Amino acid sequence: MSIAWYLVVSALIFCIGAGGVLVRRNPLVILLCLELMLNATNLALIAFARMHGNSDGQIFALIVMVVAACEVTVGLGLIVAIFRRRLPIDVDELRELQG
Amino acid sequence: MSAVVFFIAAIGAIAGAIGVVALRNPFYSVLALVGHLLSLAALFLLLRAEFIAAAQVVVYAGAVMVLYLFVVSYIGGGSLQQMTPGGSNLRLIAGTAVLALFAELAIAVLGSGLQAIDSDGAPYVSGFGSPAAIGEALLTKFLFPFEVASLLLLVAAVGAVVLARRRTGGTTLDDEARDAAHYITPRSLFSGTMAEAVGAIRDPAEPPVGVTDETERSGW
Repeated sequence: MSIAWYLVVSALIFCIGAGGVLVRRNPLVILLCLELMLNATNLALIAFARMHGNSDGQIFALIVMVVAACEVTVGLGLIVAIFRRRLPIDVDELRELQG
Repeated sequence: MSAVVFFIAAIGAIAGAIGVVALRNPFYSVLALVGHLLSLAALFLLLRAEFIAAAQVVVYAGAVMVLYLFVVSYIGGGSLQQMTPGGSNLRLIAGTAVLALFAELAIAVLGSGLQAIDSDGAPYVSGFGSPAAIGEALLTKFLFPFEVASLLLLVAAVGAVVLARRRTGGTTLDDEARDAAHYITPRSLFSGTMAEAVGAIRDPAEPPVGVTDETERSGW
């Protein structure tokens, strides 16, 4: 399969994830959609690494995975903290910081 | 053969992504994401990224998703009620923006004029993407990002512990009668400081109003 196919799949997954971030209101699902977007970029990075025959892009993808794991940990910690304060788990309700 | 595997994996990945966005119950969303990650690992294998594919399955589809499932189960049924979807205006605007984004990305990718984009990639060299190659690159050329990543993981772990910790001053409150005066903050119960997070209890002040029963008893 040519590299372009992988890039189109990657773009599609990224757009689905972006749409989820825009539409969904549960912060857990928003985190999942962020994962989708990060994974789409990983796919593009690895496709480009294959295109150039250079494994640097794979290292980049690995580092992206590390950052995604950190983001998940902190994000889930925040959600648990929100839940323990009996606040609604809904990003539309959590807008005290909004001007 | 590789085309067949590609289409199966790509359709699986896209279906998983749509499932994550469209399913109402977050639990099923997480399961859809697991399927998506497994399909993506197959795509990585097709791209000769063996180590990344293995890491994807073990770390992502394994560990991170278990973390998600734990949090979904912890938050549990009461908070998972059907949320009314955002207004249809929001959906329309989001759909338009996403379609525009996809069109832009497709134009950028397919119209980029890169010579190799229509090929199957560079000729395969034995060892490309193997654990040995990745490890050598990580410990020589990319040593600094590697070390910074370890520091980042440490900071995230400490941050998660501090965030998820009870802010009302440690374990002793669990053993005593629930009394609003224990919460000792003239401000909202729903806020806290880092000092309280590590156990420094503030001096008693006026009890907060109407929050006696709001705190939960069951802890981690």
